[in-house]
Amino acid sequence: MSAGIDLENVCCDFGSFRAVDHANVSIKPGEFFSFLGPSGCGKTTILRMISGFIEPTQGVIRIGGKDMRGQRPNQRPTALIFQNLALFPLMPVWENISFGLEMRGVSKTERRAKAEELLRLVDLPGAGDKMVSQLSGGQKQRVAIARALAVEPQVMLLDEPLSALDLKLRQHMRAELRAIQKRTGVTFIYITHDQGEALAMSDRVGVMSHGRIQQIADPREIYNNPVNGFVASFVGENNIFSGEVQTSAAGMASFSTPHGSFRARLGDIGGHKVAKLYVRPEHTVISATAGAENAIAATVGDVSFEGNFITVHATSDSGAHLTSEIRNDGSATVPEKGARVFMSFDAARASILQDANERA
Amino acid sequence: MHRFRQSLAHVYMVLFLIFMLAPLLVMAGAAFNDSKLPSIVPWRGWTTMWFSEMVADERMMWAFVNTLWVALTVAVIAVVIGTASAILINSISGRIRTVLYGLMISTILIPGIVIGISTMILWTKMGNAMGTEFFLFNPGLHLSVLGQVSYIAAMVMLLVLARLQSFDAGLEEAALDLGASHAQVMRRILLPHLYPAIGAGAAVAFFQSIENFNVTQFTRGGADTLTVYVFSKVRAGITPTINALAVIMIGITICAAILYEVRRRRMERRMAQVEED
Amino acid sequence: MQDLLRRYGTGLTLIMCLLVAFWLLMLVIVPNITLFEQSFRPYLPVSEVGGPRDTYSLGNYAKVFEGHITTSLLGFEFEFPVRVRTFLLTIWYSMVVAGLCLMLAYPLAYYMAKIVNPRSLPTLILLLFIPLWVSEVLRAFAWWIILAFKGPLNALLLAVGLIDDPIRWTNMGYTGVMIGLIYTYVLFMLFPIYNAIQSLDTNQIEAAEDLGAPWWKIHWRIVIPHAKPGIASGSVMVFMLSAGSLLVPSILGSTTSQWFTQTINETFNDALDWNTASAYAFLLLILCTLFVTVAMVLFRVKLSDIAK
Repeated sequence: MSAGIDLENVCCDFGSFRAVDHANVSIKPGEFFSFLGPSGCGKTTILRMISGFIEPTQGVIRIGGKDMRGQRPNQRPTALIFQNLALFPLMPVWENISFGLEMRGVSKTERRAKAEELLRLVDLPGAGDKMVSQLSGGQKQRVAIARALAVEPQVMLLDEPLSALDLKLRQHMRAELRAIQKRTGVTFIYITHDQGEALAMSDRVGVMSHGRIQQIADPREIYNNPVNGFVASFVGENNIFSGEVQTSAAGMASFSTPHGSFRARLGDIGGHKVAKLYVRPEHTVISATAGAENAIAATVGDVSFEGNFITVHATSDSGAHLTSEIRNDGSATVPEKGARVFMSFDAARASILQDANERA
Repeated sequence: MHRFRQSLAHVYMVLFLIFMLAPLLVMAGAAFNDSKLPSIVPWRGWTTMWFSEMVADERMMWAFVNTLWVALTVAVIAVVIGTASAILINSISGRIRTVLYGLMISTILIPGIVIGISTMILWTKMGNAMGTEFFLFNPGLHLSVLGQVSYIAAMVMLLVLARLQSFDAGLEEAALDLGASHAQVMRRILLPHLYPAIGAGAAVAFFQSIENFNVTQFTRGGADTLTVYVFSKVRAGITPTINALAVIMIGITICAAILYEVRRRRMERRMAQVEED
Repeated sequence: MQDLLRRYGTGLTLIMCLLVAFWLLMLVIVPNITLFEQSFRPYLPVSEVGGPRDTYSLGNYAKVFEGHITTSLLGFEFEFPVRVRTFLLTIWYSMVVAGLCLMLAYPLAYYMAKIVNPRSLPTLILLLFIPLWVSEVLRAFAWWIILAFKGPLNALLLAVGLIDDPIRWTNMGYTGVMIGLIYTYVLFMLFPIYNAIQSLDTNQIEAAEDLGAPWWKIHWRIVIPHAKPGIASGSVMVFMLSAGSLLVPSILGSTTSQWFTQTINETFNDALDWNTASAYAFLLLILCTLFVTVAMVLFRVKLSDIAK
């Protein structure tokens, strides 16, 4: 059982501060949806509104088509996994997991059985009688997931649950979470500031900034086709050039900057002329001769070897700082420091964008 | 339903505050009533007569002076003993620490009456046994001091011990290494670190001593402290002079509270400003 | 000990040990041993102390069972030793006071820790502290005024029309004493519980609510278990203070509400029978020790948790 969630014009004010500004999103049943954004962008507020700890100032939240207004967290078909997990330290693991069932008046033997079943699901069989304090970080994580799953929620809400884990374990738990989501078919709503996490796990991502949802799309689209400068620079690295649109046709435009004139894909810049050009370092090519278009003459500065790729820092003749990433596949020639090169990029992979929409 | 419970909680808080503060108001109000019995009903008109009568009450003034002396002495002795015990407890371990610590703490839980009677019996018995008339072995406020110290020292000890736990023993070693004597280490390194706790301990000791009734009642001989005097007044013929005294005490308390609150708010604002900068 | 010598040298260590020894031996252990010893000796004129009649006996303790009074319990009337009755009633009403204080203080402690706006909390605490700074005897006196037969409480109730005739509050058995004790000691229950609840992660409460727990189950399963040490320490404190209080029962009590401390006081200060008073005081000490031990075992807390 899983349910879809609709947010219609949801706003949330704390005093004069607008934490969430006209959020509109429709999350499909069974989807793995992430809200991605820096701290203070309003993503946690959205999660707390969906779970019922905060009432929206205006707008409607529907879960499974049902208006949730006035419904307390314990009346909603959601289960929340807290950032610090909030496991009950005075109860053994199995009581933690079956707490929700206990609240629903399920008998003890049934609860015990259900707890064992869930412990097997999260790969912790037989840990029911341990105390929470005896578990490792990853094990606590699994218990928290099992506890939330025990109440058979239609929607799981996860508030950066992996942030306390070390890198290796975090990557392992990503795959685990994704697998559990697929196995149970429950709608997952995941909050994170870690773009890697959001892109790797989600069916769709909503990028947030300053209380507004900037873009909702699948991970590829978010990365390859950001709608504005905020999304482009929050998700991944960029070479950024300020300039002005000259002519445009069929979604492409010519763009003049102090560093030369380029051709690139034209994003939604709302009829303005002044905008910025975003080019990802891995979408650039370093070569000794200039290509047909979009080439910048530069001098190579530092070259740093990162293992699977090589980062080349260069300064253009016009004074712009450029970054380029070359895949370390053995075929690429790595330029020397001080070499004269051209950095060029494919027009279809560079975007002309505005900064994030300022508030109305 | 949730909102309803929240408003209920607010109402409860207000009721509780009324329960805590209204008796003080009633008591203070009665000090100004022109009636021989301390009460606010029936109201017989304003008067400040009870204040002048209070000032004229020599026994009360003596009791007041006694109280201050006792409190000061208790504070000094309790701070010395409490600090020494805290340092001692902090640098020993094992079973002996558990026993000593338990013994020290249990003094807080011994009923005041038991402390009073046992102190009185011990010292007067010792005096009888030695056949001496030396003042230490007769009933009197000095025995009250000893009795009060026996549990107030434990409170000081707890405060100082908490502060000691944040002390880096490496500092002592560093000072010794630089050629300081043990006494110098104590005076220049350890005690300065403990001053806040010692100050708090002295204040607690002082006020605990003023509050004390049970120990004093059984050891005082014929002398009065304020608490004992008020008690005897309340039991015997009551005049609203006690209320006048109460007004002054409440007044001092409220002034201190307001000062504290103003200071706290100013600090808060300053902190907020620092954060903004 | 070596650590002590190494850190503070011989002289300072000696001084500190002497101070601690003076405190624990001369102010705590020896007085209580003397009290214990004295409680087995008869009360004699000074000339006969140390004479042939000055022998150990349980006579003083036997006095607890002297002097009978007719009491009724569950409709049965029977003779009962008056001091044993006082002793038992003191325990019983001290427990009732502790229980009532718990019921009064817990909601407020929760309110202060989890509901109230944190900005107004320091002001609230300050207001609550004001009565604590005004001395205990005056607090009892304030209630003496309020509960007086012609006092403001009766006047108020009469004016509102809740009662037709004034009530003798202080003559209604232990009512006056209990009101006074609750007023005087409820804060000793409030602050330990507040401290305990405050250390509870609010996410725990929200997690329980999110998992479907109604408000009372959140308290029963999450908040109260977490606040248990605070509840234990508050209950022990209030019980001990109540059972050991002499001021409040003397001021707010009447002939129908004898407190055991009053019995001790009369024996010691009026009858001047120090030996019997010692026996009674020792009984009180035993009772308190017993109560603390039981509380420690029941709530699985340590002595140091209670003393805080």
